[in-house]
Amino acid sequence: MKCRKCGEPAVLELRRHNAAFCAPDFLEFFRNQVREAIRKHRMFTRDETVLVAVSGGKDSLALWDVLIDDGYRTTGLYLDLGIFEYSVESKAKCEKFAAARGVPLTVSAVRDEVGAPVPVIKDVTRRPPCSGCGLSKRYLMNKVALEQGMLVVATGHNLDDEAATLFGSVMHWRTDALPRQSPALASTHPKLVRRVKPLYRLSERETAAFAFLRKIDYIVEECPFAKGATSITHKEILSRMEDASPGAKHNFLFGFLDRARPAFERAEALVLNECARCGQVTTGTICAFCKLADQVKRRVVS
Amino acid sequence: MKVILRNPRREVDVAGNRRVKEILRELDIIPETVLVICGDDLVTADQVVREGDTIELRPVMSGGGASSR
Ligand code: SF4
Ligand SMILES: [Zn+2]
Ligand SMILES: [Zn+2]
Repeated sequence: MKCRKCGEPAVLELRRHNAAFCAPDFLEFFRNQVREAIRKHRMFTRDETVLVAVSGGKDSLALWDVLIDDGYRTTGLYLDLGIFEYSVESKAKCEKFAAARGVPLTVSAVRDEVGAPVPVIKDVTRRPPCSGCGLSKRYLMNKVALEQGMLVVATGHNLDDEAATLFGSVMHWRTDALPRQSPALASTHPKLVRRVKPLYRLSERETAAFAFLRKIDYIVEECPFAKGATSITHKEILSRMEDASPGAKHNFLFGFLDRARPAFERAEALVLNECARCGQVTTGTICAFCKLADQVKRRVVS
Repeated sequence: MKVILRNPRREVDVAGNRRVKEILRELDIIPETVLVICGDDLVTADQVVREGDTIELRPVMSGGGASSR
């Protein structure tokens, strides 16, 4: 197999693009996809500092790598979920990455903010671990960004993540979730920062290849709670479809973004209030995060 | 050749010189879900891996729930 650009031996075949690339040309292809995402959705400018949420995995570290090399001002945010050895190791990977590149990294621990780490939250709430974990992550990203005066948070969500989320929403016709699925969510309240996903055009195989070729030391092991999560099942189904028909995932997601999403945008905008407890944005009086923290405190104390 | 699989880490032996494509088919692995690594290089599906070589099939799938990864 030969590189589409230069004719040298290829290291990676991208069937959905009907192409193969050598290492240098693949890295350039990857960076161009990120640049295109940032440009198309006006994600951020060079005048702002971007808070990059990093987990120690391939996606978020690949994203951070591209942004640093392209000259963006960034700060990393590592959320310590307190998930046993997985959290210890993934935190070390992020610290090592930040130190090697001389970029700042902020660490915020769910244990300190909620009162207990993710495994305990799971037991207390008797809900899937990803539910309390996801809620805490979204909340803390916004909180840290506000505290540090940043207007935008970037996450490492890739094409497969987005396609799997969309698949899940469609399977259950969660029509309220559909308009919220976007590569870039604008701020709709002074206390809500912009949320962007610059890797949404790249598959997870592409982000893994990028991380490997850039010799990024990322955590290959998964969060122990990821096994059995429904999103993984959805990813497996989508991968089989992709295998049978290259481009299926891309068409599913991009078709939605281009043609279907606008139809689900709600006519009446949600009323946003500030949480009576913590001041962050909520549609009710007390936000979901504060309710979770209350529940944890009651149970952990008693 | 030796084939290293991850999550959990394990090794299997595959006999003879084989194309990556055939190895994946034999192990029932969807090509889209792994990187095929040989030393410091990535190899494409049409490449032949020789009897004495070691390759790693590294899964690329990540995540469970929402948000930062
Ligand atoms: S798999 Fe679930 S519990 Fe683990 S980090 Fe992801 S969201 Fe959190
Ligand atoms: Zn090339
Ligand atoms: Zn609150």
